Parts: sequence; structure tokens; C-alpha cells
Amino acid sequence: MSAVIEEHHHDDHHHGPAKGLMRWVFTTNHKDIGTLYLWFSFIMFLLGGSFALVIRAELFQPGLQIVEPEFFNQLTTMHGLVMVFGAVMPAFVGLANWLVPMMIGAPDMALPRMNNYSFWILPFAFTMLASTFFMEGGAPNFGWTFYAPLSTDQGPPSTTLFIFAVHLMGISSIMGSINVVVTILNLRAPGMTLMQMPLFVWTWLITAYLLIAVMPVLAGVVTMMLMDIHFGTAFFNAGGGGDPVLFQHVFWFFGHPEVYIMILPAFGVVSAIIPTFARKRLFGYPSMVYATSSIAFLSFIVWAHHMFTVGIPLAGELYFMYATMLIAVPTGVKVFNWVATMWGGSMTFETPMLFAIAFVVLFTIGGLSGLMLAIVPADFQYHDTYFVVAHFHYVLVPGSVFSIMAAVYYWLPKWTGNMYNETLGKTHFWLSFIGINVLFFPQHFVGLAGMPRRIPDYALQFADYNMVSTVGAFLFGFSQLLFMFIVIQTIRGGKKATDRVWEGAHGLEWTIPSPAPYHTFSTPPKDLTEAHG
Amino acid sequence: MSTATDEAYESYYVPADSKLPIFASLGIFLTVFGMGNILIDMTAGAEHSIGAYIMMVGGLVLGSTLFFWFKTVIEENHAKMYSNQLNRSFVWGMSWFIFSEVMFFAAFFGTLFYVRVFVIDWIGGVGDRGPSNMLWPDYTPEWPLLNTPDPEQFPGAHKPMGWFGLPLANTILLMTSSFTVTMAHHGIKEGNRKKIINWLALTVALGVAFLICQVLEYYEAYAHLGLTLDSGIYGTTFFMLTGFHGAHVTLGTFMLAVMLGRAIKGHFTADDCFGFEAAAWYWHFVDVVWVGLFLFVYILGS
Ligand SMILES: [Cu+2]
Repeated sequence: MSAVIEEHHHDDHHHGPAKGLMRWVFTTNHKDIGTLYLWFSFIMFLLGGSFALVIRAELFQPGLQIVEPEFFNQLTTMHGLVMVFGAVMPAFVGLANWLVPMMIGAPDMALPRMNNYSFWILPFAFTMLASTFFMEGGAPNFGWTFYAPLSTDQGPPSTTLFIFAVHLMGISSIMGSINVVVTILNLRAPGMTLMQMPLFVWTWLITAYLLIAVMPVLAGVVTMMLMDIHFGTAFFNAGGGGDPVLFQHVFWFFGHPEVYIMILPAFGVVSAIIPTFARKRLFGYPSMVYATSSIAFLSFIVWAHHMFTVGIPLAGELYFMYATMLIAVPTGVKVFNWVATMWGGSMTFETPMLFAIAFVVLFTIGGLSGLMLAIVPADFQYHDTYFVVAHFHYVLVPGSVFSIMAAVYYWLPKWTGNMYNETLGKTHFWLSFIGINVLFFPQHFVGLAGMPRRIPDYALQFADYNMVSTVGAFLFGFSQLLFMFIVIQTIRGGKKATDRVWEGAHGLEWTIPSPAPYHTFSTPPKDLTEAHG
Repeated sequence: MSTATDEAYESYYVPADSKLPIFASLGIFLTVFGMGNILIDMTAGAEHSIGAYIMMVGGLVLGSTLFFWFKTVIEENHAKMYSNQLNRSFVWGMSWFIFSEVMFFAAFFGTLFYVRVFVIDWIGGVGDRGPSNMLWPDYTPEWPLLNTPDPEQFPGAHKPMGWFGLPLANTILLMTSSFTVTMAHHGIKEGNRKKIINWLALTVALGVAFLICQVLEYYEAYAHLGLTLDSGIYGTTFFMLTGFHGAHVTLGTFMLAVMLGRAIKGHFTADDCFGFEAAAWYWHFVDVVWVGLFLFVYILGS
């Protein structure tokens, strides 16, 4: 064993990437693991997207054309689960892996072997989850929120495997988050204070805190389901003194912070990109930090705004309404700061900037429809309609997903050493931008007119908007193949990127060569002039 | 702002490629996949389940991988490859892990409070829920809930579990063990190996004694009180809270037993004893959870 240790010691900091496929399986390198997360996320994005396209194809016209209602329910469920846990969350973890150590001048993530473990659990978890399509009784069919007793009393046998898949994702997320928190708190270059960290690092610190706080609660609620299904406990059964509404409380105690888990890192990305292309410092850096923290705090005390129509006491509805509206204040601070950063800047509109500006505008639309939904009497009308679908898709697609794409275009030259094709990038942006709005904007109208969500068939008066929506869905969906093409093209070659890549870029990651060497900052940087992003 | 530092930098150990995590991933996957299949087959009424074999293989893979993982870490530490900074990473890592465990228990404690404060009354028609008592007119709100709304599906317990007797004994056992593990820690700080081993052995013994008492208590509940997992929400919260706590005591006792073995082998010095400290923190955490349980499940709950 000592020989092995000698060898390790010798290798330390000197080894490059291993050869062959096993490099990716055994790697402890934060850049490799970041790449793995990002590709995994993209594959899940295509998988979840293909489910969505089948859903939209079925909804192209009223009536049942393509799939059975039972299978339709499985698709909506799996679409949500795959996109939330498979596409968006791992993409941000991938970005954190690539960027956090480079931004704070750390040699790697704090616990590199556990980092590999966090990633490799995911493919197993999602293989298990996806395999439920082929089980007797089919895949989970109760929506991604898996409300009891629909999921406990009426769910298919695959519910049990779904529960264990959620456990695996939770373990992966918790380990990944612990790694991020520890890296940020312990591995910053000597002299770098917390208030000197780039905002992306700040937002991820807070995101990781949220994940460690709420993923165990999700584990708790699925465990209660498991016990109700197999061991006759009465958590969600009023006949035994339990309560189905209890499920919703525990689930949304996880679920609402989860929303911010999927958007706070996006705030960080946008806060890095907008200053670069406006060629100005980020406006109001400290207020951004405080706003992010306030959002995180508030996210723990607003969960029942998802439950206004289920029957909670009036006092509770009023409290959760006002508490929810309060979130608009720090969020408004952020939007104001982004706009103020652009104000008077010498702006250029490369692809990352286009995605970032679209993020600010479209995420704000999603935020405003969220405010409408927070109003209790209005929510009684909107609840479980397509208005809700439009709301959270505006937050998640042109919000989270656009920010991920912005990040990929922004940092891809640093990762690969090559510039992407700007014309193709802009084409991808405009196709996505038009596609997404054609897809989701009409859903506001059908929702307000009363079309319920999660149904394979609908009344005739909703036909036109649904048709438009489906056209947008296919436009958006197939545009992502162009995205894949651009990324692969850039990996394989292209115009060489400079170290700085973008004229206005600041931060430690731009001080190292492009492509970033396999190991960076084996000794911490002494000059932190660049650090404040 | 530019800040330069003159301190010599102790290089941070970044391990080379490792085969450990992929086997750990495979192991944990097979374990839960097997477990899932066992449960599906059990509820479907099948006599045998292939899941048992899958779970066994998974458990073996996971267990042995973790064994080699910890072995590697301990050997790397003894080879002086770890800087102080890396040890701080371990400290932070363990602290945040314990925080995640706190939140896991919070979900179940929250459930208990919600049920006791709101649900029990609401089922009886009290409050804004309206006349839900039309379903079960014989139901009267009470805690512990012995007469469930639907006694056919959930035959309630005859008697609640009191706090006197075994639960009180368990409280004393765990409280004492928190003290003894601290004494073992003092032993490490003083470099007194005999003191470490004796106090640590006593701690492990107290942990085992706790678990034996809990088994007796569960037997008492099932055999004499009619208090079972499927006896309604009282049994549900009782067994889920105490059961998960018991599982954590089991893990904690195992961790301390490993530390005892390491202490006997001569590991741990005053400034290098993170493994022991991590196990001790975990033990204190389990202890604090028990105090919550004793208060809310036993004293105020029966
Ligand atoms: Cu919410």
C-alpha cells in the first residue's frame, strides 16, 4: 500500500488526464467532473425535451391522437422529474465544478473523490427512473409533485423505484453541495474575503446551503410515502389520523427552496456576463449579495403558496400571500442592478449577452406572473391551469435554461481554447428566443381562460393557442440540435481564444491560459486584483 | 484590492484518479434497486424476490468499497499527505453532513407537530376545515390517538408508550454515553491511550445497551400495547421517529466501535484525531435528537 501512496504522492499535481474512456469514470479532476455533469445534463435535457415534444404533439389538436391518457400522465411526470433533477440541477453543478475553483483560486474541489461519487450516482439513478417506463404498470404517472394519496394509494408499482431514485439524487445533491460549500469556505486564495468573491460563487454558496437544508426534507417525504405504501403507516391517510395535506406541506417545504436552487446560480451567471459586455463593474455588488441571501431566507417561509386551494386556514393563506409577495423586493433589487449595470455601458451583443438580456426580460415576466399567482383570491382562479404552466416555464426555461446556455457560450472558449461560431450562436439564440415565446406566451391566455394543466385533451375554444404553442415547442426543441452542433464544433476546433477571451471580462478564471490547463492554481494566486468579478 | 501573502503554502492534496467512487456508486445503486424490488414483490404478495440477491451484492460492494475508501484516507493521512487546510475541509464536510441529518429529522418532527396541533382536531371538524367529521361521527380528537377515525384499517393501540421505565433508562444511557465519549476525547488530548480505550469501550457498550433496550421496548409495544407501525398516526410517528433515531444510534455505535479498534491499533494523537472527533460529533447529534424525542414523543406525547 505504501508503494501506492508513494505513487499518489509523486503524481500529486503533476498528472495530466488519463487516457481513454476510463479517464471519465475514475477522474477526480473538477474540470473533468464539470464536463461530465454538463454532458449528462444535456442528454437529460434532450430526453426530457423529447417527452415534452410528445406532450405538445398530442396537444396540437383537441381529442386523443397520439398517446393514451395513461401514458400522457407518465410523460408529464417524467418530463418534470428529468428536467428538474436531471437537466437543470446537474447543469448548475457542472458549472460550479468548472468555475468555482478557478474563480476563487483553488487547486480543485475540496473533496475530489467524493466529487466523482456525487456525479456517478446520477446516471444510475436516472437509468433506474427511466427504466420504469418498461415496468408493469408503467412509469410514475402522478405529476412531478407526486401528491399523496394519488401517488401512495393509486400509484403504479414503479413508484417504489421512483422513491429510491429520488433518494439517490438527494444523496448526490447533498454530497455535491457539501463539496461546493467546503470549497468556497475553505479553499479561497489567501486574502480573498467573502465580499471579494464573484457573484456566481456567492449564489452557489447560498444554493448549496439551500440544497443541504431541503434535500433531506425531500428524502423524508418520499420515505413517508414508502412507508405508507408498503408498511401501513398513516402519514397521508386521514383514516389513521394522518393528512394528505401533510404531504403537500412537507413536499413544498422542499419544493419552494428548490425553485431558488434552480434560479440563484442563474443570477450568478447573469451577474458575471452583463458587466463583461457592458464593460462596467456590476452595479450594487453588496446589495446583490444581500438580495440573494434574503431570497434564500424567504424561500423557507412561503411554501404554502402552492396550496391555497387545498384548504388551509384563512390566516395561513394571508400570511403566505404577503410573505410570498415580499420576495418581489430582493428580486426587484436584482433586476434593477442588472439594468443599472447596463445603463451607460458600452454594450456589445455577443451570444452570451443576448441570452443574459433575454434572461432579465423573460425571467421578469415569469416573476410577475408569479406575483399574480401569489394573490390568494386570484390564485383560486389560476390554480392548476395553464397559467401556472406558463409561469414556471418562463422562470425555468428562459430563466434557468437560458442562463445555462449563456454560461456555456461565455465560458466555452475558456474550457476548450476555441471561439464558437458567433453567427451560429446568434442564430441559435434567436431561434430559441422566438421558439420559447411562441411556445409559452399563449399558455398564459389559455390558462386564464380556464384550461387545466396535465390533461391530454381539452375543450375546443383552446385549440388555436395550443396549436401555436406546439409550433413554438418544436421550433425551440429542434433549435437545441443546433446548440449541440455549435458546442461540438467548438470543442473540435475554431478560432483560438485569447486568455482574456472577452475584452471586458474580469475574474481569476480569465488570468489562466485558454484552454484552462488540467490543473490550475496548484499554488494559490498572489495577485487578487482580478478577483472581484 | 490586491492582497499578497508571505506565508508558505502547504500544498493541498488532490488525489489522482480513483476507482473507489464508481464502485461505491454501483454498490449504492444495487442496494437500493434490490431494496425496491424486495418491497414491490412483498406488497404484490410474491414469496421470493430476486431483489434480496441484488441488495446483498450491492451491500457487499458498497460496504467493501467504503472500507477501502476509509482505509485509503487513513493511510494517506498517516503518510502525512494531508495539510491543515485539508483537515479543515473534513471538519466542514462533517459539520454540513450533520446539518443535513438535522433537516432530515426536522421533517419528521415537523410532521409530529403538524399532526398534533392541527390534523387531530381538524379531522374532528374543528376549525376552518368544516364538517369533515361527517365521515367519522364517532371520532374524538385526542393525543395519543388511540381511537383512529377508521379503526378497521388502523386499529389503534390499547395504551400509549409511557416515558417511565425503558425510555427513561435509555435517556440515562445516552446522556451518560455523551459524557464518556468526551472523557475518551480528553484521553486523546492527554495522550493517555488507556484512558481513550476504556472510556470509548464504555461508550460503545452504552450504545449497544441503548439498542437492546429499544428492542425490548419495541417488543413491549407490539406484544402488550398493540402499538404497531400500522396502528394509526400515533404508531406511525412513534416508530418512524424512534426508528430512524435507532438507526442513527446503530450507525453511531458502529462508527465509535471502529474508532475503538483504531485507538487500540494506536491511531489518534492530540492534534490528529479527526476520525474520532467526527464520530463523537455524530454521537452528540444523535444524543440531542434523543432529548427531543424523549420530550416530544414520550413525555408530552403520552
Ligand atoms: Cu413556491
